[in-house]
Amino acid sequence: MGALPYPSFLRTPSRWRDQPYPSAALSRIPLSANPWHYQGKVFLGASVTQLLQLFIYGLVLGSIYALGAIGVSLTFGILRFANFAHGDLMTLGAYFGLTFVGLGWPIGVSLIPAALATVLCAVGIDQLIYRRLRREAPVILLISSFGTALILRSLVQIIWGPNNQVYRSGIQLPWRLGELRIKPDWAVILAGTALLVVALHLFLQRTRVGKAMRAMADNFELAKITGIDTERIVLWTWAIGAALACAAGVFLGMDTRLHPTMGWRLLLPIFAAAILGGIGRPYGAIAGGVVIGLAEEFSTLVINPAYKTGVAFAILVLLLIFRPTGLLGSPGGGDV
Amino acid sequence: MLSYGIFFLILVGIYGVLVLGLNIQWGYAGMFNIGVGAFFAVGAYASAIVTTPPSAEHLGGFNLPFWVGFAIAVAVAGAIAFLIGLITLKLRSDYLAIATIGIAEIISQILRNEGWLTNGVRGITRIPRPFRGWIPGQDTLLYLGLVLVILAVVYWAAERAYRSPWGRVLRAIREDEPATLAAGKDVLQFRLQAFVLGSMLMGLAGALYAHFVNFISPEAFQPEFATFIVWVMLIAGGSGNNRGALLGALVIWGVWSGSEWLTNRLPPQWATRAGPLRILLIGILLQVILLTRSQGLLPERPPKPVLGTSPSPKQNPAG
Repeated sequence: MGALPYPSFLRTPSRWRDQPYPSAALSRIPLSANPWHYQGKVFLGASVTQLLQLFIYGLVLGSIYALGAIGVSLTFGILRFANFAHGDLMTLGAYFGLTFVGLGWPIGVSLIPAALATVLCAVGIDQLIYRRLRREAPVILLISSFGTALILRSLVQIIWGPNNQVYRSGIQLPWRLGELRIKPDWAVILAGTALLVVALHLFLQRTRVGKAMRAMADNFELAKITGIDTERIVLWTWAIGAALACAAGVFLGMDTRLHPTMGWRLLLPIFAAAILGGIGRPYGAIAGGVVIGLAEEFSTLVINPAYKTGVAFAILVLLLIFRPTGLLGSPGGGDV
Repeated sequence: MLSYGIFFLILVGIYGVLVLGLNIQWGYAGMFNIGVGAFFAVGAYASAIVTTPPSAEHLGGFNLPFWVGFAIAVAVAGAIAFLIGLITLKLRSDYLAIATIGIAEIISQILRNEGWLTNGVRGITRIPRPFRGWIPGQDTLLYLGLVLVILAVVYWAAERAYRSPWGRVLRAIREDEPATLAAGKDVLQFRLQAFVLGSMLMGLAGALYAHFVNFISPEAFQPEFATFIVWVMLIAGGSGNNRGALLGALVIWGVWSGSEWLTNRLPPQWATRAGPLRILLIGILLQVILLTRSQGLLPERPPKPVLGTSPSPKQNPAG
C-alpha cells in the first residue's frame, strides 16, 4: 500500500494493518464480533471476494437493523414518540432467548417463547407507564422511554449478570466458498429475517388489524374517525414491535454475543434506518436497515470499525437535513 | 463523617453545574441533548491534558495551572458544541435527541480508541488538585470552596440570562417556534447560542470533576452516570427553574448516595448487582416523577410579563 494517491488520514495506519485492534481486546465488548472482519487491513485494492464478504456481512447486520427498525418505525408512526427503550427491548428479548436455550431448547424454538415474553413486557410497560402519559407532549414519553431503557438494562444485569454470554460455546466452522467464508449462523439469520418479513407483510396486508395499523401510521386522526379502536391497535403495535425486537436481539446474540448494552448500542443505526425508510413505513424500515448495514460494513474499508456508528450518524443527519420524510417517504409533508 | 460531607457536597456542586448547563438547553430552549456525558468528558479530558505533567502516554501534558485547564475545557466543549450545533440544531427535539446519541457514541469511541490523545481505556492519571498544600490536609475543603464559588457564579449568570430578553426568546422558541420565527427572531442563532453555552457549562463541570478525582478514563463517563442521572436531576427538580435544577442535583445525588448505603446491606452474593439495582431505583424514581409530578419539585415560574399597566413607549420587544 506504499504510494497511494490518498490523503494520509484516510489511509489505514500501520498499527492497524498488522495487528488486531488494541481497543478490541481492551474494550468490554468487541467492536466487531465478525471474526472475518477485515479490521482495516484491507483498504484500496480490496479484491472482489473481500467486497463480497463485506456485502454478505452487511446484509446480516442489515437484517438485524431492519427487524429493530420496523418496531421503532411503527411506534414512532403510531404513538408519535421516539422509543428510546427499543434497543433495550432487543437486549431483553435476547436474554429471554438465553434462558430457553439454557433449558436445552434449540435456538429456533427458544425464539417463540422468548418473543412472547418480550411482547408481554412491552405491553405491560405500555399499560403501566406510557398509557398514562399519552396525553402529555411526545417528548415526555421520550424521556420516560429513556428511563424505561435504563430500567430494562439494569434488570437484565441483575437477572443475568453483567458479563458477556453466548448461546453456544465453541467455534462454529465457517462454510468456505473459495476465498469466501460464511458462518452458518448468518444463513440462519438471513432466512429467519426473510421469514419474519414475509409474515409481517401478510399480517399488514391481509388482516384487519394490519390494515388498521397502516391506516393509523398514515393518518392518526382520520383512522380514529373511521372508528378504529386505537387503543387496541396500540397494543398490537407494541406486540409486533416487541416480537421483531426479540428476534433482532436473538439474531444479534447469535452473531456476536449477549451483553446488557448490546441493544442500546444499536439504537442509533436502528433510528437511522427507520428515518431513512420514512417514519411509520415498515417496508421502508426494512430497506433502511439493509442500507445502513451495508454502508457501515463497507465503511470499514476506509475507517476504523470503531467509528462505524459515525456512518449511521452521518446518514441520519444528512437525511434529516435534506430529505426529512425519508428516502422512501412521500416528498413534501413532514417536518424537521 | 465530615470528610464524607465535603466529598458529597463537591459532587453535588459539580452535578449542579451540569444540571444548570442542561437546563439552559432543555429547560430554557427545549433542546433535547442526550450527549451530556460527552461534553462532560470532553471538558474533563481537555483540562486533564493541559494540566498534567508531561507524559508519553497521552497528548501533553503541558503542566499548566488549573485555571488555564478550566478555560480550555470550556473553550473546547464550546467549540465542539458549536460544530455539532451547526449541523444538528435544525432538527426538531426528538430527532435532535437521536442525533445526540450518535455524538455521545462517537466521542466515547474517540476516547477509547485514540490512544495518542487520551491513553485509551487506561485513562489519564496524576491530574493535579488545585490548592494542594496551601493548608496541609485541607485541600478538599478548599476545593469545595472553589466548586461552590463557581456554582454560585454560574447560578447567578443563568438566572440573569433566564430573566433577560435573551431568555425570553429561548422560552418563546420552546413554546412556539413558528410564532417566534414570525416575530422576526433568528431561531437557529438563539438555539445555537443556548446549545453552546449549556455545553460549555458541561465542559466546565467535567474539568471540575477531573481535578477532583485526579484520574479519568472512559469508564467514568458512561451514559448512566454522566447523562441519565443529570436528566433525572433536572426533571425531578423542575426543568426551566434554576433553583429546581440545583435542588434536583442535591436530592437525586442524595438518593443515589443513600442507595449505596442500602445496597451495602445486601447479602454478599448480591454485591455485583448493587450498581444496576441503584440505577433501577433511579429509573423507577424518574417514572414516578413523570407520572405524578411531571413539572418537578419546583415548577418553572417565568417572570410575569409587564402587560397593560403603563404603556411606556420605551418598552422594547424581547431581544
